[in-house]
Amino acid sequence: MSKPYELGGGDVADRQGPGLTRRGFLRKGAAAMAGVTAVAGALSPLRELKRRDLPTLERLLQKHYKEMTPDDKQAVLKRIAEEVERRFGVRPTVTDPPPLPGVEYVYALNVSRCVGCRKCVHACVRENNPSRQPEIQYIRVLKMQKGSIDVETSDHHYDPPLVPEHDSYYLPVQCHQCAKPPCVKVCPVEATWQEPDGITVIDYDWCIGCRYCEAACPYWARRFNFAEPTIPRGELNPQMAYLSNRPRMRGVMEKCTFCLHRVRAGRLPACVEVCPTGSRKFGNVLDPDSEVRYILEQKRVYVLKEEVGTLPRMFYYFDERGSRYHEPIAPVRPREPEGPSEGGGQRS
Amino acid sequence: MRRYFAFLRDCLRLSFVGDWRYHAWMTLLTVISLVGLYCWCQQLVHGLVTTGMTDQVSWGAYIANFTYLVGLAAAAAMLVIPVYVYRNMHLHDVVIFGELLAIAVIIMCLLFVVVDLGRPDRFLHIFQRFNWPVSMLTWDVIALSGYLLLNLHISGYLLYCAYRGRQPTAAFYVPFVFVAIVWAVSIHTVTAFLYVGLGGRPFWNSAIIAPRFLASAFAAGPALIILTLQIVRRYTSHRVSDEALLTLRRIIQAAMLINIFLLGCELFTEFYTDSAHTASARYLYFGLHGRYGLVPWIWTAIVFELVGALLLVLPVSRALPTLNTACVLTIFGIWVEKGMGLIVPAFIPTPLGEMVEYTPTPQEVMVCLGIWAFGMLLYTIAVRISVPVLGGQMTCAKRYGEPALPEVGPGE
Repeated sequence: MSKPYELGGGDVADRQGPGLTRRGFLRKGAAAMAGVTAVAGALSPLRELKRRDLPTLERLLQKHYKEMTPDDKQAVLKRIAEEVERRFGVRPTVTDPPPLPGVEYVYALNVSRCVGCRKCVHACVRENNPSRQPEIQYIRVLKMQKGSIDVETSDHHYDPPLVPEHDSYYLPVQCHQCAKPPCVKVCPVEATWQEPDGITVIDYDWCIGCRYCEAACPYWARRFNFAEPTIPRGELNPQMAYLSNRPRMRGVMEKCTFCLHRVRAGRLPACVEVCPTGSRKFGNVLDPDSEVRYILEQKRVYVLKEEVGTLPRMFYYFDERGSRYHEPIAPVRPREPEGPSEGGGQRS
Repeated sequence: MRRYFAFLRDCLRLSFVGDWRYHAWMTLLTVISLVGLYCWCQQLVHGLVTTGMTDQVSWGAYIANFTYLVGLAAAAAMLVIPVYVYRNMHLHDVVIFGELLAIAVIIMCLLFVVVDLGRPDRFLHIFQRFNWPVSMLTWDVIALSGYLLLNLHISGYLLYCAYRGRQPTAAFYVPFVFVAIVWAVSIHTVTAFLYVGLGGRPFWNSAIIAPRFLASAFAAGPALIILTLQIVRRYTSHRVSDEALLTLRRIIQAAMLINIFLLGCELFTEFYTDSAHTASARYLYFGLHGRYGLVPWIWTAIVFELVGALLLVLPVSRALPTLNTACVLTIFGIWVEKGMGLIVPAFIPTPLGEMVEYTPTPQEVMVCLGIWAFGMLLYTIAVRISVPVLGGQMTCAKRYGEPALPEVGPGE
């Protein structure tokens, strides 16, 4: 109790009698003023917030996508259309196409044909309204070294005058729409989920931006809006859907949705449509006559990182060179042909 | 009830009262906290682009500090177990400082999570659609808030009893103390599972992470408490015996040796196997593809830990200055090893093999410092209040016996 810097209890009552002196009052007032000024100063950057950044009552009360009634949904789509028009000066068509019954989408990518031109990357950007600055792209094309299937030896930033380059092959990667998606499992608020047609979607109005899904994804398919996304006015695609390509906001995740707004309307994803070499194939795996079904049954197909157990819906395959350059050869163990095939049971 | 509010009011008043050193210290912490708040407001306006994080390295200093602090909070159990399980009376008088530390540190943890969110304005969504039990993050929310409530109850109850001048009823707090011991282990295990459960990140996908977390926490936590108790002893009337400090020293000895052993197990598995899965570990310890960002940090940490452990096992650390040195080495070494050394390398290289390094920005560092300062501010207030209350200098009887405490304005 004798130390000069004693903080122990006695000082509480001893310090001052009841009642304030004028000087004490002024000192306390000044200190309080300084405190308030300091707090106001610390909060001052908030003045830069724009009006549309501030949450409106409507947005605060918006329900999770799965809890919306059809009326709620209509109101939300209308609000989004108005916001987009205010922001970009274009009246968009905002829809919410439901998954089609009896459909499960898969994607097949021919690694022997892909030349690494990155036309898919840019068609995807034009279609899906991601931020241009900072740049967000859903598809990453890896230039793989001959002799290696290890992505660690790949080149992400190759830039030669002409592709393909000698001794390289190309491995485009985007969201694999896994049947057992680790990103969905980890999300604490169910802002991302798998639809009945196999597409994993994000409710951009529900995501809290914790980026746990981004850490969980073994294919590095998810992207985060670290800054306010920007799209030059003329470049906005006005055909948009709630769960896919409507403009995103700062602080939320996004990713490839197999162009949900196109494929649920019977069209192909933008990356499939643009590919000049026909390396990209897409369709309904439940339809026995679909092209993807044929590929899965007849081609030499593999998936990326099978060992992480995610059961991706993105399949890579390569052409059977032998069947092109040789007459059919009798297989060692003959088996019944199962359907149309490209020249003989060379499957091993 | 009225008395309880009087108690809270007295506590509030007391936190503004002290000598010039106390005021200088509190002003300093307030200023740093406010600078951190300023930087966080900037982050709110511009987005997480003000941090050094990218799509490649999507978690950084915030989550690293969070992980480390969960360990510090869990370490309060290392004070509680000797007292309540083994009846070690050396620590009896200081056990509440461990519980108060846990409260301050859990609040810091929650703040680190909040500043890491891209949309903190939507935080309430967690209560509307809670992805439990699938998402480990929801387990962590339960574990951390439960631990906060347990410690608030235990220390709040003990303090209020002291204020009212009555003996605490064992039934009202001892069961909670034992629940809190198990809960302390759970908060750090669940936090480890947050990372361990991700199959796409081989660096984390290892069963040894949770035991390593606990071992390092039970070394770094008591080390911090040793330093804190000496500060309490120096600047307040509260008595802290040397035996209490030396009991903690023995706990750190054991925890530190186990921690180093587990680290060795991990290193052997990674490097003797030498498979492709060791890319992150190679980046961390030796650099990879010409990137060496974390190499100096991790080796400094390892040297600190080894020297700290050596000092701790030698009799020299029975002398307080040596013990303090060992504690500082332990705290810093573990902070690097399990903060930056565990979180960041898991992202380098990315799952697609891209090498992007991470350096926190000045804003990000200031937000971190702000939260640390705020946590220290909370803890200082907690100690400031609990010392006179437990010492019987501020009690209900005194308050109602001697009329009116001085009116104290904010910021004095």
